[in-house]
Amino acid sequence: MLAAVGVRSIEALFEDVPARVRFPDLDLPPALSEMEARWELEELAGANLTTADGPCFLGAGAYRHFVPAVVDAFLRRGEFYTAYTPYQPEISQGTLQAIFEYQTMICALTGMEVSNASHYDGATATAEAVISAINAHRLRRRKVVVSPFVHPEYRAVVRTYTQGMGLTIVGDEDSEVELPDLVSQVDAETACLIAQTPNFLGQIEDLAGLADAVHARGALLVVVADPISLGLLKPPGAFGADVVVGDGQGLGVGLNFGGPSLGFFATRMEYVRRMAGRLVGQTADVEGQRGFVLTLSTREQHIRREKATSNICTNEGLVALAAAIYMAALGRCGMRQVAELCYHKAHYAQERIAEINGFSVVGDKPFFKEFVVRCPRPVKEINDYLLEEEGIIGGYDLGRDYSHLKDHMLLCVTEMNPREEIDLLVEALREE
Amino acid sequence: MKLHPEARYAKTHEWVRKDGDEIVTGITDHAQESLSDIVYVELPEVGDSLERGDTFGVVESVKAASDLYMPMGGEISAVNETLENSPELVNQDPYGKGWMIRFRPSAPPEFDDMMDGAAYEAFVAEEG
Repeated sequence: MLAAVGVRSIEALFEDVPARVRFPDLDLPPALSEMEARWELEELAGANLTTADGPCFLGAGAYRHFVPAVVDAFLRRGEFYTAYTPYQPEISQGTLQAIFEYQTMICALTGMEVSNASHYDGATATAEAVISAINAHRLRRRKVVVSPFVHPEYRAVVRTYTQGMGLTIVGDEDSEVELPDLVSQVDAETACLIAQTPNFLGQIEDLAGLADAVHARGALLVVVADPISLGLLKPPGAFGADVVVGDGQGLGVGLNFGGPSLGFFATRMEYVRRMAGRLVGQTADVEGQRGFVLTLSTREQHIRREKATSNICTNEGLVALAAAIYMAALGRCGMRQVAELCYHKAHYAQERIAEINGFSVVGDKPFFKEFVVRCPRPVKEINDYLLEEEGIIGGYDLGRDYSHLKDHMLLCVTEMNPREEIDLLVEALREE
Repeated sequence: MKLHPEARYAKTHEWVRKDGDEIVTGITDHAQESLSDIVYVELPEVGDSLERGDTFGVVESVKAASDLYMPMGGEISAVNETLENSPELVNQDPYGKGWMIRFRPSAPPEFDDMMDGAAYEAFVAEEG
């Protein structure tokens, strides 16, 4: 090879790199054998605390839900696990069918008519919903009204994602404004209103009449939802939402030290051409047999170029598959049971914590699996105590995002918290 | 390639025809044939004011999605709503039932500097 390209030695290939940085002395420890390297890495990994090591009451957007073994058993099949953009219908019927089923179940869960093949996470799905709404108004409306109780990181991503589009994003500068007052900010320039339920504080928002109020001003209603809650709660689609998005991480994906996640996006057929992302449809081949193909691709960027609603075609194929397996394995009844367990356990925890001197629960809205507790001391101090003394991962410090919620903790209880863990938390908070 | 005796043509393959004081527009027979089966047509809103060369909509076929350009400036007075559910009319009858928009021209003389049938035919032949 060297002779073929006319070079004397490998070193000669690097002659363009300045000599003093060409072959630096790296000051590395002596080389380890594979076995020794493994011991060292295991020792390093042992310093991590995982959510499997003790009770965890932290949520705020990423949730510890049970992942049945069947999810990994299917997910790790080579046909699914190794493929990259496997969309050619001639060779990818399995993947396409899985995505189609994922879309179908997301529609059933959200009460919507069409779902795309997924986005990166709940935040990017929310941003894509905004862009869809702007496009549904042919770019003539550039104002977005967002509730302050939409996940703070989602709101930040919406702003980052849409910078340069000339949008005005309002509503959340008042960190306490409730939906009925927020609607008054929707006007003839507004493309959409974004609400979240259960909201970032865990409260179930009253969506009744909201869509009508938003539609009366010609805008769209975008609802961010927790898919686990939809096993129990009336879906946003039934309340007239135009786009329902959220993070599908709770659907059999696990926490995995923070990712990958899954953004789901569902809308009405009326807006399907404004929808970002891939879409799999069911069809019939020349022999009349059922088959699956990517459909409505002409709205995507490789065909519509700069006129496409979104320049994102990427989906979280494998993670969407995990969600599809999870939803199929649990079924309607299983999804409801998980949601009920979360609901009842969270309510038990809230009642017990309310009895502790110095702690009080905040808000009178119904809640799902998260609730706000006012603490007698800074949240960080309480969390440090819980972790060091009891090995408990405490709640989220709401003072980080809401100035009026200093010393307020957002606690999350799921089906993964047995009663003993909740009692342990209550005792620890009492002694703290 | 079919033409319409009264129509004039744009280089972007739209046709225009006078109807009283108004102008009716669609895409040419050559355009629909090149696009093949049309599955969706997106049209503007009545009352929109558009300049010559502005995008007034999108036509989407099984092969491609193409922008539609105003052959003359004007204010939209009607759109062909039947295309919403029957986009195939553009393939079947591009100069008739497949019309797309009707508008009040802001500069009626713009009609005269568009190609007539023979010129358009030559233009298409040249475009290859």
